Amino acid sequence: MLSARNRELFGLLPVALTVAAGFAAVLIAAEAEVNDLTLTYGLAFLVLCLLGHIFIRLRLPNADPYIFPLTALLAGIGIVTVYRIDPELAREQAQWFVLALVVFAATVVVVRDLSVLERYRYTIAAGAFVLLLLPRLTGGIVNGAYLQVNLGPLSFQPTELAKLAVVVFVAAYLAETREILVTQERRFLGVSFPPPGYFGPMIAIWAVAMVMLVFIRDLGSAVMFFGGFLALLYVATGRLSYVVLGLGMFVLGFAFFSETVGHVQSRVDIWQHPLDPALYDMAGGSYQIAQGMFTMSDGGVLGSGFGQSLLSVGGTQILPAAQTDSIYALFTGETGLVGAIGLLLIYLLFIQRGMKTAIIARDAFSKLLAVGLTAVFALQVFVIVGGVTTVIPLTGVTLPFVSYGGSSVVANFILVALLLIISNKARSEEMTGGVV
Amino acid sequence: MNKPIRRVFYVVIALFTLLAIYTARWTVFEAQSLNQNALNRLPAQKQQKQPRGAIYTASGSALARSRRSADGTFVRTYPLGSLFAHPVGYSYAVRGQNGLEKYYNDRLTGEVESFTSILDSLLGRGGEEQSMVTNLDRGAQSQATNLMAGRSGAVVVIEPSTGRVPVYVSVPGYDPAALRTDAGANDLFNNRRSPLVDRVSDATYPPGSTFKVVTATAALDSGLLTPEGSVDGSSPQTFSGQPLANFGGTNYGRVTLSDALQNSVNTAFGNIGVDLGEDTMLDYMERYGFYKPPPIDLPAGGLLSSGLRDAQGDLLAADSGADLARLAIGQERLAVTPIQMATVAATVANDGIRMEPRLARLFRDRLGRVKKRIDPERAERVMTRKTAAELNEMMRRVVEGGTGQAANVGNLRMAGKTGTAEVPGGNQAWFIGFAPYDDPQYAIAVTIEKTDGFGGTVAAPIARDVLQELLGQ
Repeated sequence: MLSARNRELFGLLPVALTVAAGFAAVLIAAEAEVNDLTLTYGLAFLVLCLLGHIFIRLRLPNADPYIFPLTALLAGIGIVTVYRIDPELAREQAQWFVLALVVFAATVVVVRDLSVLERYRYTIAAGAFVLLLLPRLTGGIVNGAYLQVNLGPLSFQPTELAKLAVVVFVAAYLAETREILVTQERRFLGVSFPPPGYFGPMIAIWAVAMVMLVFIRDLGSAVMFFGGFLALLYVATGRLSYVVLGLGMFVLGFAFFSETVGHVQSRVDIWQHPLDPALYDMAGGSYQIAQGMFTMSDGGVLGSGFGQSLLSVGGTQILPAAQTDSIYALFTGETGLVGAIGLLLIYLLFIQRGMKTAIIARDAFSKLLAVGLTAVFALQVFVIVGGVTTVIPLTGVTLPFVSYGGSSVVANFILVALLLIISNKARSEEMTGGVV
Repeated sequence: MNKPIRRVFYVVIALFTLLAIYTARWTVFEAQSLNQNALNRLPAQKQQKQPRGAIYTASGSALARSRRSADGTFVRTYPLGSLFAHPVGYSYAVRGQNGLEKYYNDRLTGEVESFTSILDSLLGRGGEEQSMVTNLDRGAQSQATNLMAGRSGAVVVIEPSTGRVPVYVSVPGYDPAALRTDAGANDLFNNRRSPLVDRVSDATYPPGSTFKVVTATAALDSGLLTPEGSVDGSSPQTFSGQPLANFGGTNYGRVTLSDALQNSVNTAFGNIGVDLGEDTMLDYMERYGFYKPPPIDLPAGGLLSSGLRDAQGDLLAADSGADLARLAIGQERLAVTPIQMATVAATVANDGIRMEPRLARLFRDRLGRVKKRIDPERAERVMTRKTAAELNEMMRRVVEGGTGQAANVGNLRMAGKTGTAEVPGGNQAWFIGFAPYDDPQYAIAVTIEKTDGFGGTVAAPIARDVLQELLGQ
């Protein structure tokens, strides 16, 4: 049987094929010649994948063999799609991939074993809090939400990093307190409640989610954070009642604010009636959602063909935020329902590997961290794809690895690094029969 | 902890299934309604990536062409500007489509050719565009437009035996190129004279006495009267409790149906209307095509039905208790399109058979091969051949010795009927007719809004000159 790392290397083959086929399709569609520059992008991307693979081979020899190829596949789909939108953006995205791989390697080296994260959990929590408040303070509104921090020429979206920090903190907190939460629970009217002393932190996280909703104006991130938290709480305690309780609190809070706070309310209106002409024409209205729906319907089952969606006419952009929020709509329009479901399956495979890692991990913190990271990743996909397809109100988060965006790529590569560290540890212990 | 982890994964699978279902909803189940949504300009915008077939007059003058622009998209140009704007319409990514451009979009873009392979479909290649030859006549269209001299109104000509439409003029016109910019479009939208309104098929007016042709059809064809049958034409008479007078108050005493039409005797037709009754009147109106959108090859959204309309402009039900005497002379709340009145004239000219009007004649591929001919489409027989012949004779006398004498020139041999309806701000002047009466080649309707003149003085001369141009006289 092939070793894990050789399986990973073979796993990169479909990535190479996808990237090559994708670039070729875009070039045929654009009726451009295959020039040196475009080939360079494709080759550079594959070289990066190989470098990543070699690094994992050296530092994390026993890590899960599928996570990295799946990541590379998603990134490959992303870079081809972004290239198809704007070659210049693809060049920038490629640079972000280089940086992300460096950060990936640094994470593996620095974190090494996860005790560092556990030890500094409160520092990390404080960091997350600051990260979340930064955009409100420096005031970078993107699509009606405070998501961006502007530092001179650089801007980044701190929620991407904050989501990792919050998961690390909650995982560490629950790993420590889970037994108390279960053994000292109170029952009231037949429902289990956590012991009063531990109620506080949970209220705090709920409050943070509500604050994000109202002040950061970011329902998507609120769903991600709170959903991730509930998943962790459930896995840590095995108490479904806690999840129901938390979910109820979130829905109540959302219902309250959607009635009372204007921008939340208008988001809901837009979500419910994207094809209402008045909302469609309104500034900040349903134009983006409706255009996304039109792009998807144009694709049908097989898609209009890669590189075929019309992005602009006479300088007027047809699909807003095609390279970020709406990239799923564009991908669906060009590859159809078949391509879209394929993409969702790739995400699902990635999530399955994350859950598998959580299952084989031995210690509580590793387990919880793996579940939390995977859940937040899954929720991010759900929030943006669900927003574009109108399952839920649209908020701007990136489609992991596929959307254009430096913060997102860097943060998600850290996420992959953490998963691989957990996986490497768990699988090494499994092989040597070691005990925690 | 492994059991809860698996359950969390199942929840994720459920959520992703929801995503797949919604994606299927927009790409498959509700794709068609999305593609047809009025807000969705994507189909039109996509077509800008493909060349679009040109549109020509019957003799080959280009009415619309596709020009490739620097960014690789194709932009429509209309070489004759405003002259054919209403029938041809426009096709701009930023504005959508209208007119023939919209109606025959599938052929003009080649979408109608669905032989595409999977490879074509993956690369988004469609069929080959087709060019369109219309029935429109540049000389006559130009002449009719000039004769209108800027007065708001419409001129439309139909070939009685085929339904072909060589002239389709709505004044004021507009230059389609102005619609390419928002400023230009807003100017046109806000223009008080409403140049964007197609006054041939998408505007209704009181028909005045031209409607007496419809009443006369019902009277003859139902057997109520012969052309020589006599009617009370004294003036004034009281109908529905209100006095009705003839034009100029002339008291004709008892007149024949033929004389009543020749001199447009209101009271005589009032009596005929009452005698015919509501059912018979509405029956003949419906045979002529009233109460249905004109069956012309233009987009359904730009076609109005003719008939009784209430103050809000909504079509009234057939059994609305109309004042039959005033309906018979084209008053009441009757509102008609010029294309409908031209159809009335064309039907009489075509021995009583109504043909559907057609602007398009045929489509060709890039090599010039004919891909599709638009064949004449018979709507229905409205009246017997005998009734049509009697009406023909009666309408001839209108031009030779009645209210339509302005159209009586040389060897044109015109038959017709004038109409003048009083509207706030002036008269709605009408003329409908056909020539030559012994072998009708063309039927025409001319109407002018809010004029000081009358049907016989302002509309009839235009009809005369346009038909002379078409007949090469």
